[in-house]
Amino acid sequence: MATIAAPTRMMGAPIKRREDPRLIQGLSHYVDDIKLVGTLHCAFLRSDYAHAVINSIDTSAAKELPGVVTVITADDLGEVGGIPCGAEIPDLKVPDHPPLAVGRVRFVGEPVAAVVATEAYIARDALDLIEVDYEELPAITDLDKAVEADSPLIYDDFGDNIGFTMPLEAGDVDAALAEADHVVSQRFVNQRLIPNAMETRGVLAEYLPGEGTLTVWSSTQVPHILKTQLSLIVNVPEQKVRVIAPEVGGGFGSKLNVYPEEVVVSHLAIQLCKPVKWTEKRTENFTTTIHGRDQVNYVDVAVNNDGTITGIRARILADLGASYQLLTTLIPTLTNLMIVGCYKIPNVQIEMVGVLTNKMATDAYRGAGRPEATYIIERMVDLAASTVGMDPKDIRFKNFPQPAEFPLEIPTGIIYDSGNYQESFNKALDIVDYDALRNQQAQLRQEGRYLGIGISTYAEICGMGPSIAMPAGGWESSTVRVEPTGKITVLTGVSPHGQGQETTFAQMVADEFGVDIDDVIVVHGDTGRQPYGIGTFGSRATAVGGTAMVIAAGEVKEKMAKFAAHILEANPDDLVFADGNILVEGSPDQSVAFAEVALEAHVAKNLPPDTTPGLEATHFFEPSNFTYPFGAHIAVVEVDANTGEIEIQRYVCVDDVGNIINPLLVAGQVHGGIAQGLGQALYEGAVYDESGQLLTGSFMDYAVPKATQVPHFETDHTVTPSPVNPMGVKGVGEAGTIGSTPCMVNAVVDALSPFGVKDIEMPLTPNRVWQAIQDAKG
Amino acid sequence: MAKKVIHTTINGEAHTHEVEPRMLLVHYIRDVVGLTGSHVGCETSLCGACTVTVNGQAVKSCTMLAVQADGAEITTIEGLAQNGDLHPIQEGFWERHGLQCGFCTPGMIMAAHQLLARNPNPTEDEIRHGLEGNLCRCTGYQHIVEAVQYAAEKMQG
Repeated sequence: MATIAAPTRMMGAPIKRREDPRLIQGLSHYVDDIKLVGTLHCAFLRSDYAHAVINSIDTSAAKELPGVVTVITADDLGEVGGIPCGAEIPDLKVPDHPPLAVGRVRFVGEPVAAVVATEAYIARDALDLIEVDYEELPAITDLDKAVEADSPLIYDDFGDNIGFTMPLEAGDVDAALAEADHVVSQRFVNQRLIPNAMETRGVLAEYLPGEGTLTVWSSTQVPHILKTQLSLIVNVPEQKVRVIAPEVGGGFGSKLNVYPEEVVVSHLAIQLCKPVKWTEKRTENFTTTIHGRDQVNYVDVAVNNDGTITGIRARILADLGASYQLLTTLIPTLTNLMIVGCYKIPNVQIEMVGVLTNKMATDAYRGAGRPEATYIIERMVDLAASTVGMDPKDIRFKNFPQPAEFPLEIPTGIIYDSGNYQESFNKALDIVDYDALRNQQAQLRQEGRYLGIGISTYAEICGMGPSIAMPAGGWESSTVRVEPTGKITVLTGVSPHGQGQETTFAQMVADEFGVDIDDVIVVHGDTGRQPYGIGTFGSRATAVGGTAMVIAAGEVKEKMAKFAAHILEANPDDLVFADGNILVEGSPDQSVAFAEVALEAHVAKNLPPDTTPGLEATHFFEPSNFTYPFGAHIAVVEVDANTGEIEIQRYVCVDDVGNIINPLLVAGQVHGGIAQGLGQALYEGAVYDESGQLLTGSFMDYAVPKATQVPHFETDHTVTPSPVNPMGVKGVGEAGTIGSTPCMVNAVVDALSPFGVKDIEMPLTPNRVWQAIQDAKG
Repeated sequence: MAKKVIHTTINGEAHTHEVEPRMLLVHYIRDVVGLTGSHVGCETSLCGACTVTVNGQAVKSCTMLAVQADGAEITTIEGLAQNGDLHPIQEGFWERHGLQCGFCTPGMIMAAHQLLARNPNPTEDEIRHGLEGNLCRCTGYQHIVEAVQYAAEKMQG
């Protein structure tokens, strides 16, 4: 076989994105920008109550409004199926999840009826004309109360509000806690967050009765999974369903799903034989697109006087919401897996309880289960340090595994692929000049000023993942085709929505073939064009999808080398691909243009022996393991003890995400990730009142960070390649979010340690910070 | 609902349409005129994705009625590049990786346009305050700040 080592030109280069020209000129097409002739518009009537019996629904007045085409309720859905729960867990109680409420509503915003009209404004007018007779039931919104024996029930036949209990046990935690010098205990609330991608969801569906084909444009991260599910739910054969994820304006996990609106709009398009469109309002996005986090953690850690942490025990209540979306039940399992973070802790015991409440379902939100785990362990490590009187830096070094120990099996049953936690942490400490900062802190305290230095060293699980661990398979696909003109088309099963793989994937393929990057295009997000794929989530696109592509490109290249060797009368093993040519290594005059070989392979007049025409290969890549990025974040804050206000003075992070394809894009992912993590620490939180009303249902009440609310980030890297894929990449989409939240809280608690403050519940609003100081003062 | 005739000039092109008095300017621009670069992110004037220029003033077009723009000169993101050349702010966003999903970007660029018109040489702090009315969920804003700095430098020549 040809060993065709192309000189690396694009890998590692900070080139600007090829997606951008259309985006910066307003020329791209998100779902709502796609206009089909004769499109009808859909709007959803949603429950105003968190928990109520539906006695009756009267749609007659709405149907009479001029311009209204139809109004449907659950009774009109016929054979349409329910919303799938994608993650089975032993003894999981799975409630029915009809696309429109049947008999009872269980969260505010649950869709009850759908209107279709000739204009979007008329559809919304008609919602006001639908009369629903509700009989309100008690709402269950508090996690601790929901699991009490006398709690009202969300599903009467379940007997309690517990969807599942998932224990995890390794070693002997009871002994560890009994024998340790200290046991540190703490309750944490990891508050509910609302993802808020800037583009809300949207669906446009068109059914052509002659062909029997259903085409659905949806703002989704998983077009292939959506295609399969829609086929099953609305009963159209899968080969006649096409799902297109056009330009997608962010997702952060919130579009990794199969939603009722996708089902209902598709059903309506089939029934009406006309295109039907629904564009989500921001208010709907707040109430009915999945939420994230929402756990209460009761944690005990065993620590000895020398700082060695010997065990961790956690009882975790995870709020699932009122019904399951695709991965609602999977997310808490990731918290279990990552509970020990980047430390060697031999004894682990977790009781994870998934709890049903009258709220929107939780599901994957950037980090998805790992920020919760990282928050637990990084906060507990700081509390343990303070208990034994150690610097939070030293206790971390004390418990890190050594680089030579990787691959490292940890007690929760997973194997960390590679790591050098000391290196990234040392680099971060050097950047901030840690010892000088501690001196400065001591001096300022003399002056009554409260500087805080927060550390978070994290490891996370991504590059998802081996199929054995993934509900819908964890592989990824790619087709690489060299066209007759020598242009290269890459089809990928991943579905980027801001990550920039049109650029990074083109970089890799341009390198592989030694061609100009402008000769490569990357096509994604259309089940009618790509081989079946899994999608973009879990920081997997490059590690898994990129690997599929590189392997497919290698296969095409090998075949192309045979054609070139035939033309040049050379040995394929002696050829190199460079600068748009294929040449004999060491004999640059023995050369043929890349495009000429491409044409020869297609006109096929002079085939090499045993070679078929065409230059195309498809590869389905199954990863052998997850990847495990890691890093160290350090925040420096000053807290005004009189007002509770926090000033972020520095934010430094040294992430190790394996090899880097495009540092510009990696920096962008890290910045955005940290902003979301700091958002949780400082500003964001979904608040439901006792009756189950969402009090934070707009940007007035839910604080997505603004430009003035995030600091300048100082980013750096160490590089520990992953052995799991040939590129040595790990994944960077979620690392910033995972590392940053505990870092910021640790910084503020550190600042207030002279008052004896041990913990403050997120988000750390000035009021909460001030109150924590007052409480600590007594 | 009785419709009203309005005349607008958008990106130099004259338009006359009959619209419902309740129609939002952003829906007029997107669904009647057909320029979909201005995005609807919240409909409450909080996210800024719909920012356009109306008679030289940056306006969140989701909280202005189309009939209020009768007779107005409007510039949308589609009108910023001239003769195929990107505006320096657009160039800055591209050069400095000031966008990821791109949804907030048109509004962000239009807001930056007004910011630089008022303050051609802003500090980082002034840029952050100037863009406070525009939300971005992807970038953490740092590259957006750099994009505006790039444009400021370039526009000063």
